[in-house]
Amino acid sequence: MALSPSIALAGSADAAGASSFWRDAWRRLRQNKLAVFGLGLLSVLGALCFASFLWPNLTGFNYGQQNLALGPVPPNRLHWLGTDPLGRDLLARLLYGGGISLTVGLCATAVSLTIGVIYGAIAGFAGGKLDMVMMRLVDILYALPFAIFVILLMVFFGQNFILLFLAIGAVEWLTMARIVRGQVLTVKQQEFIEAAHALGLREGRIIFRHIVPNLLGPIIVYATLTVPEVIILESFLSFLGLGVQPPHSSWGVLIKEGAEVMEEYPWLLIYPGAVMTLTLFSLNFLGDGLRDALDVRGSKD
Amino acid sequence: MSLLAVENLSVSFHTRHGVVRAVQDVSFQLERGQTLGIVGESGSGKSVTCYSIMGLVPQPPGRTEAGRALFDGVDLLSCPRRRLNRIRGARLSMIFQDAMTSLNPFLRIGDQLIEPLMIHEKVARPAAIARALAMLDAAGIADAERRLKMFPHEFSGGMRQRVMIAMALITKPDLLIADEPTTALDVTVQAQILELIRKMQRELGMAVILVSHDLGIVAGFCDRVMVMYAGRVMESAPIDDLFYDTKHPYTRGLRNSIPALQMKGGELHVIPGQPPDPHHALPGCPFAPRCAQAVDYCATEEIRLLETAPNHRTACLRVQKEGMPV
Amino acid sequence: MSAAALLQVQDVKTWFPVDKGFLFKRRVGEVKAVDGVSFSLRQGEILGLVGESGCGKSTLARTILQLVRPAAGAVLLEGRALTALRGASLRRARSDFQMVFQDPYASLNPRMTVFDALAEAMLAHRRVPRRELPGRIDALLEKVGLSPQARRKYPHEFSGGQRQRIAIARALAVAPKLLVADEPVSALDVSIQAQIINLLARLSREMGLALLFISHDLSVVKHISNRIAVMYLGRIVETGPAAEVIERPLHPYTKALISAVPIPDPRREAHRARILLPGDPPSPLNPPGGCPFHPRCLYAQPRCAQVVPSLEPFGQSGRQASCIRMREIDI
Repeated sequence: MALSPSIALAGSADAAGASSFWRDAWRRLRQNKLAVFGLGLLSVLGALCFASFLWPNLTGFNYGQQNLALGPVPPNRLHWLGTDPLGRDLLARLLYGGGISLTVGLCATAVSLTIGVIYGAIAGFAGGKLDMVMMRLVDILYALPFAIFVILLMVFFGQNFILLFLAIGAVEWLTMARIVRGQVLTVKQQEFIEAAHALGLREGRIIFRHIVPNLLGPIIVYATLTVPEVIILESFLSFLGLGVQPPHSSWGVLIKEGAEVMEEYPWLLIYPGAVMTLTLFSLNFLGDGLRDALDVRGSKD
Repeated sequence: MSLLAVENLSVSFHTRHGVVRAVQDVSFQLERGQTLGIVGESGSGKSVTCYSIMGLVPQPPGRTEAGRALFDGVDLLSCPRRRLNRIRGARLSMIFQDAMTSLNPFLRIGDQLIEPLMIHEKVARPAAIARALAMLDAAGIADAERRLKMFPHEFSGGMRQRVMIAMALITKPDLLIADEPTTALDVTVQAQILELIRKMQRELGMAVILVSHDLGIVAGFCDRVMVMYAGRVMESAPIDDLFYDTKHPYTRGLRNSIPALQMKGGELHVIPGQPPDPHHALPGCPFAPRCAQAVDYCATEEIRLLETAPNHRTACLRVQKEGMPV
Repeated sequence: MSAAALLQVQDVKTWFPVDKGFLFKRRVGEVKAVDGVSFSLRQGEILGLVGESGCGKSTLARTILQLVRPAAGAVLLEGRALTALRGASLRRARSDFQMVFQDPYASLNPRMTVFDALAEAMLAHRRVPRRELPGRIDALLEKVGLSPQARRKYPHEFSGGQRQRIAIARALAVAPKLLVADEPVSALDVSIQAQIINLLARLSREMGLALLFISHDLSVVKHISNRIAVMYLGRIVETGPAAEVIERPLHPYTKALISAVPIPDPRREAHRARILLPGDPPSPLNPPGGCPFHPRCLYAQPRCAQVVPSLEPFGQSGRQASCIRMREIDI
């Protein structure tokens, strides 16, 4: 009695198991220890920071609450991370500042994402002369010194929080546009796009049902990696005195204030610096992990 | 003593998804000047076998679980790296399927050609260049002097393959391993390349292992053929015996499913199903699920390669036990 | 059913411009990928198109499918000029002609399930009410040899051969009259190739599909085709009934091509005469003058470099070849 060949057919197919692409990606991400660590740290930190928005006295002190009589003291039981020269609790300022920095990071990334994806997608789909013109424009803008551009914007239009997001976003979209355009070009070449044309599908359907879903991977990854860049840029601006203004704090403000007095009161620099570094590392780990998890081909070992 | 004696070679890959036993208990011998063909489809382990012999399998995730590969008495799998490097490139050479990625795109052809000579035979540069020119000539590349200064991307696929052959043979090795050397080439160029390898083999008296999925290529070239499936040797025999007195259902299935030029029209014989999933090895004969002649014990008993006729070995349990005609 | 041709390709030329220059591009020449190809295909007939790399067969396939527009010539399906259609009317006409691509790993959208991909095809030309979709899709899957359980799976869960079956199912979902298969089995293992070849032949027979089967593998083409056309450097150099072209080739290139195919039979391999063509297949960037094959031809004479031959009929069975010496040389 010969064994039925259909067993062979069923065997190999079931081995893979019915799974969606996103579930597979999530599974791969979970196996990446660094990425999981990054995600965990970000979640905890994010929760604390945003909690401090809702409950400003979370640590027992308000971020702006001064205690001139106390002055700067090193970490103790009352003030877990110490205080600054104006007697303000560092932990409260750190959490509040973190909330501000993360918000700026996320919002500005969202802005740059939106502009970049639309711009890059149009350039990529259109091809030909329009593509060339659009990308040369990007090249020209790339040549402008960002920081100066943002500084000019801030000086001209005043110190507005929203404007800060927009300014940074307006400067960061260039890379996203390039990446999206590159991805669109790659996806466009794939045979399944040709097949979609051959089937007689409308252009709109091809774009939204076939090309865009295949772009999401790299977009997510690079968005995750844009957030640290934005945070650094914001810190730089705040360091220069152009970003977040007192009495508000952000990580950039804290680092600036800490750097000014770092010889006498080192904790004022160490803690903000450490927390910011950890956050940036976490974002990078997460971004790398996402890239590995979302790249179907990359997982062939 | 055989030039190459592979004994019970087993190689696995330890991946995130499990252990893949790419090569299991493979043994064969090769004498000087003999040609051996290794035939199999993707996943059969034929390439991994050759890469293992050459020491090219990255040791994580790959691992040589067992076995020896004795090249003129020296076990290539366990000898120190320096000794291996003296043998590789000098007495043992390999050519690969895709010549474009096997040649360094940043170096001129001439520099790449003379490299083996300068490393292994410590020849001075002018003498090495002279030999390189002679080699290019022998490989059928016209205008060799000008070609020496060119880069790989300036050559066509067939020419690149010739350059790779020249590079592999410039040290006059005892054994050449050719891993699917013509698969990426047009059929007319394929014929040229095979003819070239044949010519060089005769002139240098070297042994050749030709790995291919194409039984036709192997039929015209090899003295002896080994058929692999799912990491194991299914049948091994002299070329005529393998074709005219097949002793394994897989070999016969392979032969029958080739739409050779000479067969009349009608439905092609088909081997139903798919090759097995390397991550989930089933007990028994790996070919049993697809074999029209399989019986109960085929799915449970472990297979071994046994000699059932002079110089003719098969792993088919039914042939071994019952002498079943294939 | 009348024996009129379903597909007529008339002197199609597909040229790609070669531009030089940085900002202001100048047209310096053309790559003549397809340089005057004519043939016809009847309903239910299988035509095998063979050629090596650079011969233009893939470009010809895409030109017929109107994925690339020809520079000259016409493609007629049931008498209607596809080359004259644009926009929405072209899209609607596409349900009559479909293509199966070479790479099974790239021709399916990795983010769509099998069900979605087939449903999209069926709905694109409003052939099927939504209620009937699951039933029709199951029937289609069965027709190509896949189980209905495949519906919910994604392409990466299938092997190469299975993906190719899905691609064939997708092409059949719109009920085409013409199917163009561009090297459909070249990327598959030998034991799977036979399955797919049998499937295509069977489908063509059962559904009365005209099939244009493109391959570089002469033995595959001979097996499945009623007629064979041999392509070289953008032109058809020989055409005729499959068995006759293989057994008694007229054109020197055809003979060399046949001779180069290895025979999986050691005794015959050892005894046959091989023709080894010198040089490499030419690139259409730099075509030779006169007969495109003459630099590599064993029978070439000085006049071959001056005259560009066209397809001349030979005998009664519809054979044609483009060699000025075809009646003189005894192949």
